[in-house]
Amino acid sequence: MNGVEQALIGGVDGGTAILIPALGELIGERSGVVNLGTEGCMLAGALAAFDAGTTTGSAWVGVLVGAAAGASFGLLHAWMTVIRRADQLASGLVVWFLALGVTSVFGVSYINKSVVPLPTLAVPGLSRIPWAGPILFKHDALVYLGYLLVALVWVVLYRTRIGLTLRATGERPEVVTATGGHPVRIQILAVTLGAALAGIGGAQLSVGYVDNWFNDMTSGYGFVAVAVVLFAAWRPAMVLLGAYLFGVALATASVVQAHGVAINQYLLDALPYLVTLTALVAVARRGSRQAPEGLRRALTHSV
Amino acid sequence: MTHLRPGGRRRLLAAASGALALLAGGTTLSACSSSSTSGAASAGASTPAITVGFIMVGSRSDEGYNQAVYDGSQAVAKKDPSVKVLTADNIPENNSVVQTMQSMVNAGAKLIFASSYGYFSYAEAFAKANPNVVVVHQGGFLTGTFPPNFGTYWGQAFEPVSLGGMAAGAATVSGKLGFVYAFPISQSIANIDAFELGAQQMNPAATTYLVNTSSWCDPLKQKEAASALLSQGVDVLTQHQDCQATVIEAAKAANAKVVGYHYDAEALDPAGWLTGSAWDWSSVYENIVGTVQSGKFTGSVYNANWVGSFATGDNPLTLAPFGSSVSSDTQTKILAAEALLKEPGHSVFAGPVTCQDGTVLYAAGVIPTYDQINSIKCLVKGVVGTLPQS
Repeated sequence: MNGVEQALIGGVDGGTAILIPALGELIGERSGVVNLGTEGCMLAGALAAFDAGTTTGSAWVGVLVGAAAGASFGLLHAWMTVIRRADQLASGLVVWFLALGVTSVFGVSYINKSVVPLPTLAVPGLSRIPWAGPILFKHDALVYLGYLLVALVWVVLYRTRIGLTLRATGERPEVVTATGGHPVRIQILAVTLGAALAGIGGAQLSVGYVDNWFNDMTSGYGFVAVAVVLFAAWRPAMVLLGAYLFGVALATASVVQAHGVAINQYLLDALPYLVTLTALVAVARRGSRQAPEGLRRALTHSV
Repeated sequence: MTHLRPGGRRRLLAAASGALALLAGGTTLSACSSSSTSGAASAGASTPAITVGFIMVGSRSDEGYNQAVYDGSQAVAKKDPSVKVLTADNIPENNSVVQTMQSMVNAGAKLIFASSYGYFSYAEAFAKANPNVVVVHQGGFLTGTFPPNFGTYWGQAFEPVSLGGMAAGAATVSGKLGFVYAFPISQSIANIDAFELGAQQMNPAATTYLVNTSSWCDPLKQKEAASALLSQGVDVLTQHQDCQATVIEAAKAANAKVVGYHYDAEALDPAGWLTGSAWDWSSVYENIVGTVQSGKFTGSVYNANWVGSFATGDNPLTLAPFGSSVSSDTQTKILAAEALLKEPGHSVFAGPVTCQDGTVLYAAGVIPTYDQINSIKCLVKGVVGTLPQS
């Protein structure tokens, strides 16, 4: 296997841990609620998935429990921001710190335990495509879930009534109310669903790709997911691009070194952020004008 | 090693946990082995009762660097009931450590073990401000005059690391070894070089490929690092990270071999585990406590940069048990090398040692001192990769 292939394979695996939470955050932000606690929801998902995965012996059960754990922290964020009208940024940070503390305490007994990870599933036929096959179609199931979710979120967002209502909630909740909808319910659902996806992203780390638990193991990638949504201008395909670019650049930094190529280490460390930012700013320039209006209001209030 | 943790997010985390520690107040200190007055009486006049504090940067149950400190502190408490042991873990490398030291002194502590690299300046300043308390720092190195109540202690970590390198050199089929490290600090450089030199003893053609993660524990980066190394032909992995499970799991999934660091993790991957380095601080801690108890700290070996080694029989970093795949012939050779290091006049870095670029680091016959090894700036020949240049 050459280095380019390895960078792309590792990039898809690692990028998935950012893609799925970012899609979840996109759903929440489209409803007008930003969740900086995505990092915490990922941590909760990672630990819960690892816990359930080791207890039941099934990483699949782990993924489901991870989604539920992420969702429960999302529900807390929804309650604070949507029902209690708390500042969204402050509430998100509270959720992050809470999850960090809770998972650090309860995670102690899982450090250096082994889990049977999600198996690698080669998609019949597609994985045999020369070169691209192993890169795109020889991963654990959550990678394929990521592909499906991008398409699903796009279709629902732009081609269904539910998506229209969701977007309307993020733009003008009063219009939704006037047409008989329930913006509050929609926001709670969107934030909770988004946090469930963040939990699945955490599970991709703990039982899908790196296969262990450690305190604070998400190392800030939840914040990367939130940033990707922002720079992707709330568009699913751009989120896919941003998450994978980040993953590939992260893997590239290792691959370059593993082949003994001398490149400035600090440049390599910055590479994922530089590449993702540059690409998304170039491709998704219309970003600021596309921000859901409710979101812009929420963020301006916070300053 | 738990060391410098740069980055804004770390500082934010540190600030938050500092705040939490404040909220928790005195409860951050947990005491064990109570020293009742009757206990003190039975201890005799030669070892008066003493209260000792241990401060850790990470969780005391991380099955790594910090747990080794905690285990050492408990060994002290168990050995001598007249010693009251206070412990505080998850204390960030900022002003919180000063607050923690102060609370320990308020609780009667006369000796404090500051066990994380980044505590150094706080520990030294605290010692100067509190002449009645002895402060010792784990892993630091003071150049200059020591305050009468301050010292550092460490071990020649590269010694067992080179023995692990021997196991790796014997096990590799491809001749390519992989080393995942965090930051180019002197201890990591010495470990990388020692690992390669050890490997060369068993397989002169063995090369060590380096990947840097710029983090003491970032599982995603570690996984990418391990995958990158494995995919290009490396078949033995080792590391200098705080958390080692990711690299071990990656080796396990690829049927590669692994050499551990910090603690014995054979249980994670019994088939792939070769050996590793594991901390055992108990005798060092006991000796320091005993020295302070007898009132002879000032001027003692611990009132300086104390470094344990195989040669002096007190290296706190020991060789971990061998895995089942290590042949008895290899084990014999490694144990023989260990025995040799225990004799005077031998060193992992005994010349000739050559840098990557061909310059001679140590000429034939030269036995470098610990200070010299601790300031090596070059990677030895056989290591593939470069150190980050600022």
